[in-house]
Amino acid sequence: MNRIIKIILTDILKNKIVLVYTIVLSLLSWSAFGLEDNSAKGLLTILNVILFTVPLVSILFTTIYLYNSSEFIELLLSQPIKRNKIWQSLFFGLSASMVLAFFIGAGIPLLINAPNAVGLMMILIGCLISVVFIALAFLCSILTRDKAKGIGFAILTWLYFALLFDGLVLFLLFQLSEYPIEKAMVAVTALSPIDLARIQILLHLDVSAMMGYTGAIFKDFFGTTAGLFASFGLLVLWVVIPFYLSLRKFIRKDL
Amino acid sequence: MIEIKNLTKKFGKLNVLNDVSLSCIKGECIALIGPNGCGKTTLIKTILGMVLPDRGSIKFNKRSIVKEYLYRSSIGYMPQIGRYPDTMTIGGVVEMIKAIRNTNQELDEELWHSFELDKMADKQMRTLSGGTTQKVSATLAFLFNPEVLILDEPTAGLDPLASEILKEKIIKEKEKGKLILITSHLLSELDDLVTEIIFMQEGNIHFHKKVDDLKTETNETKISKAIASILKQKK
Repeated sequence: MNRIIKIILTDILKNKIVLVYTIVLSLLSWSAFGLEDNSAKGLLTILNVILFTVPLVSILFTTIYLYNSSEFIELLLSQPIKRNKIWQSLFFGLSASMVLAFFIGAGIPLLINAPNAVGLMMILIGCLISVVFIALAFLCSILTRDKAKGIGFAILTWLYFALLFDGLVLFLLFQLSEYPIEKAMVAVTALSPIDLARIQILLHLDVSAMMGYTGAIFKDFFGTTAGLFASFGLLVLWVVIPFYLSLRKFIRKDL
Repeated sequence: MIEIKNLTKKFGKLNVLNDVSLSCIKGECIALIGPNGCGKTTLIKTILGMVLPDRGSIKFNKRSIVKEYLYRSSIGYMPQIGRYPDTMTIGGVVEMIKAIRNTNQELDEELWHSFELDKMADKQMRTLSGGTTQKVSATLAFLFNPEVLILDEPTAGLDPLASEILKEKIIKEKEKGKLILITSHLLSELDDLVTEIIFMQEGNIHFHKKVDDLKTETNETKISKAIASILKQKK
């Protein structure tokens, strides 16, 4: 397996898109800290980068990469290699390179400018969000043979989690504002990895006071150690479940 | 060596393989022939585990291939249309496959040299013509001295010289006692190669016979004519 991961890693690192992604991330991060005198404001800017750019690049790059390596997968299949090893190696290779790009691009400026719990949390969550969207990309690309459709799915998935989901939640909040739904809202956030990440970081930034009563409920739940582990556990589930589903489908696929 | 029993595969509503049973023995050179879309490539791909059958079993060296993968190390496969990562070079692909196999057995690089691929090892795969891609596929199929060779339309797209080199290589390997499975439409090319013929039609095996029996039955000396006369009789 290691040999295949090595081949995939060298192939991805040769790809200039990952390099450009790293440079753009580091430009954004350095300028976020350079423009704001307050590191908390810089952190908020980077938070938005993590919540929009990182998922988009992760899911799109992975989907396109998977479609482009269909030849490579076919070639490997005629060799004495287990099917699930091929898929797992692709996943590890892509995850490692995207996490590395995020770490170099955003992690290093974070470590230098905000060397505290929030900074570390941000790095961890950024890495997790990258891997979550890589797993979702694996699912998108196995659902259809058509590259255009697969990329469409990937963009829709991103759009849903990055924009539509918040809209739906707001809609629900307004419609049901007369009922005590604050606790239910905590459960609803588990349905979107981006929201999980956002709430986790906002709570650590001490701006949760601005979020009103719901914020207090969130703080009550996510602010505790148990809540912290719960939200990380949920993010990990967001990696494991889509990837497991795609792996099951890949093992049964005719190539 | 390869035992196939009641193999059935459907793609949607299309019955690609319909209760196919056959057995292939070591030392034979078997031609798999039949019209386009009769299921030859699907049959080959199920043997390789690339297509998973709906029903039926395949045994390789008396062991079922379900969820197995190591048996593929004793198969050399040359696909009909070789698809390789575009940006890799010829040398890169061969090196990669060597790295994946990671064997210390002796490699058979005869075709690598006789096809003169060594002289263009740093050409990218996407710049290659169909014929050169076929040469790379053939080289990879023979590289690890496999016991079984599965060649899907090996000579299609090769120039006469290259196709002659490949044919000689196939005969040489046959004489070493390997099992060789060839699909082809060029019946005239098979004459000096094959010992058995499997004729497939619409997902069924129409017949599976020794070439000599076939020739005596039909009083013909060429495979192509023997097949033609059988098909005429049927009509």
